[in-house]
Amino acid sequence: MLHLVNRSPYVSTSLDSCVKFAKKGSPILLIEDAVYGAMAGTALEKKMESIMKDFTVYALKEDLLARGVTNVIAGIKEVDYTGFVELIEEHKPTTWT
Amino acid sequence: MKFGVMVQEGPYQHESSDSAYQFVKAAMEKGHEIVGVFFYHDGVINSTKLTDPQQDDRNIVKRWSEIGEKGVDLVVCIAAAKRRGINDDVLAPGFRISGLGQLTEMAINADRFVTFGAS
Repeated sequence: MLHLVNRSPYVSTSLDSCVKFAKKGSPILLIEDAVYGAMAGTALEKKMESIMKDFTVYALKEDLLARGVTNVIAGIKEVDYTGFVELIEEHKPTTWT
Repeated sequence: MKFGVMVQEGPYQHESSDSAYQFVKAAMEKGHEIVGVFFYHDGVINSTKLTDPQQDDRNIVKRWSEIGEKGVDLVVCIAAAKRRGINDDVLAPGFRISGLGQLTEMAINADRFVTFGAS
């Protein structure tokens, strides 16, 4: 199952809830403000790296660009909307808000 | 593949209506069928033709109407719409008002159902 997270991990616990309940090995796609969690050199970098041990983390390219997040944590995969559609083709989605 | 989409956030509120639109567009370009877009909670505000943004701004309602013109069923929740003063008189082209039964049907008919925005 693909887990969609759209809230910034700096203001919301939705990513925490997602990680707590999602099956290990599942893909997580960060969209909208959630992409702030993908920024390297931040207070959350270590936490994101530990999440990446259990999950494949993706971030939506357009939303990274819109927020000026150019220094993405190594290992987080950037996908555009076409990639987003492809992830949905592969997995049934669920949204954490 | 058949995709269903739900929008639970108003236009210009945050980003979910934009995300849903970009997703629907990308899915259609890849040849997928959109069985419908269901507008729920504040998402129903995406359907009013009274929306009149300045010329240099994106017109979110018009963008959805254009998706509707391509044959996509744009369904607005009646209970959520009535609460917010939205009825057939103010409905933009391409939208129709219906009930949660339509949401259920979309979810049954779709291979994938994607929700955008918080409730």
